[in-house]
Amino acid sequence: MSSSASGSLALSPAPAGRAAPGRDGQRADRALRARKYGVRTVALGYLALLLLAPVAMIFYRTFEHGLTPVFDAIGEPNAQHAFWLSLEIVAISVPLNTIFGIGMALLLERGRFKGKALLGLLIDLPFAISPVVIGLALVLAYGKTGWLGDWLAENGIQVIFSVPGMVIATAIVSLPFVARETIPVLRELGTDAEQAASTLGASGWQTFWRITLPGIRWGVVYGVVLTTARALGEFGAVSIVSGRIEGETQTLPLFVQARFENFDVTGAYTAAVVLALLAFATLVLMNLLTRRTRADTAA
Amino acid sequence: MAIEARNVSKRFGSFTALDDVSVTVGDGALMALLGPSGSGKSTLLRIIAGLESPDEGEVVIGGESVTDTPARSRGVGFVFQHYAPFKHMTVHNNVAFGLSVRRRPKAEIEARVRELLGLVRLDGLAERYPSQLSGGQLQRMALARALAVQPKVLLLDEPFGALDAQVRGELREWLRRLHDEIHVTTIFVTHDQEEAMEVAEQIVVMNAGRIEQTGTPRELYESPANEFVMSFIGPVNRIGDAYLRPHDVEILAHDDGAATEAMIKRVVHLGFEVRVELTLPDGRDISAQVTRATAHELELHEGQILPVRLPQPRVFAA
Repeated sequence: MSSSASGSLALSPAPAGRAAPGRDGQRADRALRARKYGVRTVALGYLALLLLAPVAMIFYRTFEHGLTPVFDAIGEPNAQHAFWLSLEIVAISVPLNTIFGIGMALLLERGRFKGKALLGLLIDLPFAISPVVIGLALVLAYGKTGWLGDWLAENGIQVIFSVPGMVIATAIVSLPFVARETIPVLRELGTDAEQAASTLGASGWQTFWRITLPGIRWGVVYGVVLTTARALGEFGAVSIVSGRIEGETQTLPLFVQARFENFDVTGAYTAAVVLALLAFATLVLMNLLTRRTRADTAA
Repeated sequence: MAIEARNVSKRFGSFTALDDVSVTVGDGALMALLGPSGSGKSTLLRIIAGLESPDEGEVVIGGESVTDTPARSRGVGFVFQHYAPFKHMTVHNNVAFGLSVRRRPKAEIEARVRELLGLVRLDGLAERYPSQLSGGQLQRMALARALAVQPKVLLLDEPFGALDAQVRGELREWLRRLHDEIHVTTIFVTHDQEEAMEVAEQIVVMNAGRIEQTGTPRELYESPANEFVMSFIGPVNRIGDAYLRPHDVEILAHDDGAATEAMIKRVVHLGFEVRVELTLPDGRDISAQVTRATAHELELHEGQILPVRLPQPRVFAA
């Protein structure tokens, strides 16, 4: 970072303001450019070291013996099951958290009630608590010997070591994203447009769908993407709650871990690549979505 | 339709925004709520619209009490200070909004939107987004949007507050003419006395949550009820407890015996008018307003000592 600090000297002579850029101007230009590239190099280098290189290594190791072992690994029933189970959990927990997050954001930003600050704090709790603790807490609450265990067993509902518990665990760890991304956008949006809609005869529901939701869709989309990414990759809480039963309660991250520990390197790498591609697809999808919506609001 | 606010009070915490305020606006009238910021004028307007609810009192529109009617069923058109555009919708869809939430037939919506965009002179801009419009255009779009649902009354909150002086002048005149055309009962809020006097038929002067005086622009100017109205409507000289308009101060060419002497401190040319700042023999400063011609004739300049006549100033009972 020292290069960028010394480069700030370039700020003193303002190259853009000069009528005829003399040698001083050129030098300042060069310093400015050097600083710009310096900052970029540092940022990209950091990213490469921490993220790109390790991920690239996974891709390399996965495909180093060609495509056949990869396809074999993908086709394996337990891998298939883990893949679909992960998608299933995401498909349930993400919409739940989206609805909950938008509702919470509206409540915290528009509502007037006692204990609002406390509620705001509670929403962030899943970020503060380790997923492992959340998993344990769920087992204590819903497990056989747990607080609700008897009641659940009597009614034939199994939460722990089955999909419902995994959905709950995933929903909890990714709970704050939508609300946290939506609240600032909601604040920025203000209430004028909503009030205008109401004076024009719109019901509360119409105002929400036609004015509020389009106004905050940025925050919501971003929140959904983060929630999806987090839900796909969730390991700790799900690991405890699921019991890690291969072919039954094993999600993709759990599958990767299990295969890695059993020296099935190809299986582990392949699943990891699939996981990475899923996350990548989510990001690309968000980019496409936001680009389209940005185009229709035009600047 | 006539609008009536009866004994309306509103408090925000310990702040009293409105204190037992009653206003009546006749059918088809154009009325201004005039006052400094914090006088309660916007709060009153929002209570009439149903965007705030009064702590006490009643709102009556067209003879019916609407105090408990939600904003969306009151049939008011409201134009917000910053226009509150629906940013993700085109101008066309902004204007069509009120009709579209009422599920009117498409052909009717199209016809009405076209008519209104013509009325507010935004014909060619239907497919633009609010971010592509100027302040004045946004203002007119907001007005068209409010008028689309054929409101019983039209309420405007500081409608020209955020515009530059020239656009402001044009829009004022235009609003005046629009009102002559469509005759909808209109209330607008402003802190600008000139704007209120130019546009409104009736002015309600508000201060600190109360009404100081109600009247035509002329009544307010010629017979202000109290010091506040006198000094809020037009410039004023304060001489002890007495008040005097600058244009009532006469600068004379020759002493006629009844005059006092004054020294010119500064001569300010404001176009047709010239403001002359004077110091009286007892050291008090007053300002006089004369025409350009008079100033030229008397060759007014700084340091000059000349006779002035101060007519009977107005004194308000404490």
